[in-house]
Amino acid sequence: MSTEHGRGLSQEFLAPRSSSFTEFLSQRAPELLPGGLPRGGGEGTVEAPHGTTIVALTFAGGVLIAGDRRATMGSFIANRDMEKVFAADDSSAVGIAGTAGTAIEMVKLFQVELEHYEKIEGTLLSLEGKANRLAAMIRGNLANAMRGLSVLPVFAGYDLEQDLGRIFSYDVAGGCYEEQRHHSVGSGSLFARGALKKLWHEDMAEAQALSVAIEALYDAADDDSATGGPDVGRSIWPTCAVVTETGVRLVDDTQLEELARAVVSARQSNPGGAR
Amino acid sequence: MTMPMYVSPEQLMKDRADFARKGIARGRSVIVASYATGIAFVAENPSRTLHKVSELYDRIGFAGAGKYNEFENLRVAGIRYADLRGYSYDRTDVTARGLANAYTQTLGTIFTQESKPYEVEIAVAQVGASQDEDQIYRLTYDGSVTEERGFVVMGGTSEPIATALREHWAPDLPLAQVLRLAVGLLEGPDGEGHRDLSATELEVAVLDRRRPRRTFRRLGGPLLEALLDADSTTADVPTQDDSRPGLHDTLTQPGTDGNGTPSATDGIPDGGDARHEHSNPQTQRED
Repeated sequence: MSTEHGRGLSQEFLAPRSSSFTEFLSQRAPELLPGGLPRGGGEGTVEAPHGTTIVALTFAGGVLIAGDRRATMGSFIANRDMEKVFAADDSSAVGIAGTAGTAIEMVKLFQVELEHYEKIEGTLLSLEGKANRLAAMIRGNLANAMRGLSVLPVFAGYDLEQDLGRIFSYDVAGGCYEEQRHHSVGSGSLFARGALKKLWHEDMAEAQALSVAIEALYDAADDDSATGGPDVGRSIWPTCAVVTETGVRLVDDTQLEELARAVVSARQSNPGGAR
Repeated sequence: MTMPMYVSPEQLMKDRADFARKGIARGRSVIVASYATGIAFVAENPSRTLHKVSELYDRIGFAGAGKYNEFENLRVAGIRYADLRGYSYDRTDVTARGLANAYTQTLGTIFTQESKPYEVEIAVAQVGASQDEDQIYRLTYDGSVTEERGFVVMGGTSEPIATALREHWAPDLPLAQVLRLAVGLLEGPDGEGHRDLSATELEVAVLDRRRPRRTFRRLGGPLLEALLDADSTTADVPTQDDSRPGLHDTLTQPGTDGNGTPSATDGIPDGGDARHEHSNPQTQRED
């Protein structure tokens, strides 16, 4: 990036253009976009660490997203304590599955995108507006996805107009779908979804929803080698963001530890793993 | 054939400067002043949506006087500059000094090269951990920049206000006292030309040094009225955001403990607790 020190702000900064940071970045410094420039890099696919399972579910008064902490490269564990659940702004959160590097860059850009809009326009984007901005970013990543660098997020936020928590999922081409009540993505999502279907019910309290999320992740880790379960030895617990009317809160480790230990001990000396 | 008339460079620059100064003097004044727990921006502005004061970045605010479309253009450029820098390095690497440098070059170029200079004066302020570390830069239409200690007055008939501030402003004043001083000076001296300014005719914002991450908050409603009321006990803004949903950057509810100082019952402020001040999402969570 050329920082223009000593030369002031160039025309791109002063040009009357949209309030999208992504659009500005693609004009000013396209090499900083997630995944970099689509050209170059040659043929074939790239092997990079992948993040795995994310679950999202609604509860009375909000919505939450939780994710495991493992990143894998084939059968190799690339990272055991990465974060996959982030606050996107003050009233929404995003969880990511897929290529870790590209996904983290995308979240970083998405966070700036929302804040940039808010500062320039002086108003907040609607929840649907935020979900659509993320869809545009996924679509922009299509060339990378074809090289094996795909990203699949789950977006959840509190809709201030409808007064409820909502969940959005995406496909690799940028399709954006609203999910009903609960959803899961990533390699362990088959197992997590099964667990969610059995455990989720209407009007759960926040604490109950949290333990359901952790239990669904536990089931995913039980049957999917790419998903990390609660690591009692190293004290690594799933991360979780809770979104309510008052904003986003990343659940602190003490509460997560308590819930994860409860799930682990409830399953102890139970070879079938059934509950 | 007409001959182009020769104008000396001195005369040309003087004409441009006179033109810009006249435009700036037509508007109302804006005051930026440091107080014990932050930096306050006070402007006379009956509009609730066309702002003269704005957030640029986490600890950096912007104020403009003069032509709206011109300082709005500079404001947007500053947000783009700050967000690009924070995105490519880290949030902690965005500084008011960098922004002031970019602005001074830009204004200087426009002053000499464009067909008409910008009729604006702007201030860029960065709140520090203590009042000594606050930075307030004042930039004028020709690109000249000065770093001011304590306060800046721009636009309108600013000279008498600046003189009065030099006399009455002091470090460590609480917010309410600085606001009442500033509003009193904006209202003008008693007699002809004096205007009574109520909370609805003012645009007031603060950079609150006690907050983590984004420190900029607009003040309005009962909170601003209480701060401007000499009989009220409210002396500072609460460090917790309004609990109702809406824009994160507006405070309206007076603090529960009267003087707004953080009490034991005050938790971590809403909105600031979810993320640490870093660009990389992997290092944002506070443990």
